Amino acid sequence: MSPKKIKPPLTFPRSLTERPFHYCPGCHHGIAHRLLAEVIDELGIRERAYGVASIGCACFLYYYYDVDICEAPHGRACAAATGAKRARPELAVFTYQGDGDFAAIGLTESLHAAARGERITAIMINNTVYGMTGGQLSPTTLPGQRTTTTPEGRDPRVYGYPLKVAEILAQFPGVAFCARVAVNTPKRVLEAREALRRAFLAQLEDRGFGYVEFLSACPVNWKLDPVSAARKVDELTETFPLGVFRDLT
Amino acid sequence: MKPVLVKGSEAIALGALEAGCRCYFGYPITPQNEIPELMARELPKRGGVFLQAESELAAVNMLLGAVSTGVRAMTSSSSPGISLMAETFSYLAALELPAVIVNVSRGGPGLGGIEASQGDYFQATRGAGHGDYHFLVLSPASIQEAYELTAKAFELSEKYRQPALILTDALLGQMKEPLIPRRLRVREYPKDWALDGARGRPARVLKSLFLGPGELRARNELLKKKYRAMRREARAEVLYAEGAELAVCAFGSLSRIVKEAVEMARKKGYPVAFVRPVTLFPFPEKPFRELALRGVRFLVVELNCGQMVEDVRLSVCGRTEVESLALPPSDLPAPEDIYRRIRRCLRRR
Ligand code: SF4
Repeated sequence: MSPKKIKPPLTFPRSLTERPFHYCPGCHHGIAHRLLAEVIDELGIRERAYGVASIGCACFLYYYYDVDICEAPHGRACAAATGAKRARPELAVFTYQGDGDFAAIGLTESLHAAARGERITAIMINNTVYGMTGGQLSPTTLPGQRTTTTPEGRDPRVYGYPLKVAEILAQFPGVAFCARVAVNTPKRVLEAREALRRAFLAQLEDRGFGYVEFLSACPVNWKLDPVSAARKVDELTETFPLGVFRDLT
Repeated sequence: MKPVLVKGSEAIALGALEAGCRCYFGYPITPQNEIPELMARELPKRGGVFLQAESELAAVNMLLGAVSTGVRAMTSSSSPGISLMAETFSYLAALELPAVIVNVSRGGPGLGGIEASQGDYFQATRGAGHGDYHFLVLSPASIQEAYELTAKAFELSEKYRQPALILTDALLGQMKEPLIPRRLRVREYPKDWALDGARGRPARVLKSLFLGPGELRARNELLKKKYRAMRREARAEVLYAEGAELAVCAFGSLSRIVKEAVEMARKKGYPVAFVRPVTLFPFPEKPFRELALRGVRFLVVELNCGQMVEDVRLSVCGRTEVESLALPPSDLPAPEDIYRRIRRCLRRR
């Protein structure tokens, strides 16, 4: 990149509205939102972006993005995104889902969209709990982790083990980009931004499905202060290693 | 124009193509596979999209995504598949999306059977999903009408920004009849809500969550107003009303057997009328009310345990007697069976 192209670091992204986020203090949704808006700006796709909001803490996506947004029923974001993209291939279509939405109630729709190699970008915010409903067990809850529906901790004999979605999707030939990122250190924030960019290139270059999984802090439901919650994300990386699992871009 | 010999399901697909349907999403289920199969052959040729989904649930959500961008699109299924779609029907209605859905219904409950049944009348007219909403419901009785009503469904769904459902059954879906595939005028309506990219306009949102004080109520009032406005689309076929003492009422393919029975009775001199609702929602109350005011009694014949009879009773509002001839699947009645019942009804007087 030539130095001329480097933007001043703190301009406000065009694709983001100025409405303050409603997220809890220390929640990582806000960082993910900002990165997504920056990438939409950088790729110049704001005027053809089509976002699918899902059910969960991020269902108010439309308050924060200055792009067209459709709300999908719980879990069906990847199917709705498929319809929009097939109907108008010129659109840059993305979904923004939580781990419950993407990997529990919507796992079928998510996996089949990836298997078909839909030219869409799916973003999964993995915070190991159902955030909006108050911190219940999710498919990515760690063994032993206490949630409101596993008060003694997730017992693998009862609930089995967390789903490693990025690793599963990495085996699909239709997936053109697949990564797991975190945003609890500045370096990771930059890596997450690059992953998002590539996940969009996967569809813009007509290569296949793009997927980025964010390990994301949920201080409220983890019952931690924001700083400890951000540190806790490091612990999550033991079960959910960070990295790019597949990249055809 | 030369007629072509096609099945009812094919006529529906041809009607959709005539209306400019660009995308089809669906999942195989008997007895409606001729619709996706014809679409799989024809849509790609015309630059459209055919996609077989992993389930009816996925199919109807693909439909949601496609119509949200402002293109004409449809799905089709049969009873159990329609149940799976029901969750998203509620969202389609809430987002006010002009989606077209076809139910070539079969017997139920559960897996039921694959023969003709009208057991999905309540599901279609009361809204199968959660919340206060309605679909516009059209029910053809012939293959020609299946073609034309399907095209009409696309037009009306855009006119009212409203999902439209074609309710037919295995009998009409599977039988063959000559169809004149005439050109149809399908009006287009402005789509100033479509999500086709915020180019030179503010970004748009399609959402159904309303948490602000009074918002949800206002939203429901708006929908209610629309459903009331849709009443002007109510349509029915009414025959032999003049001097009738009894009106026999049926919808869909069964209405053809019923019509034959009515004509049989009239030949013998019985004063019998025939009423066939073409729109099931809005229900064509007017002809029922008018006949009731003249003291005409009703016999409602259905291939179920008695569902439409409730709408007939609501329409006549206690002014006349309404009898139900409820015939659950799977045997079809002969015109003579219905004729005998007509005779009994009239003799009892
Ligand atoms: S509940 Fe958790 S995920 Fe939801 S906004 Fe609060 S911190 Fe974020």
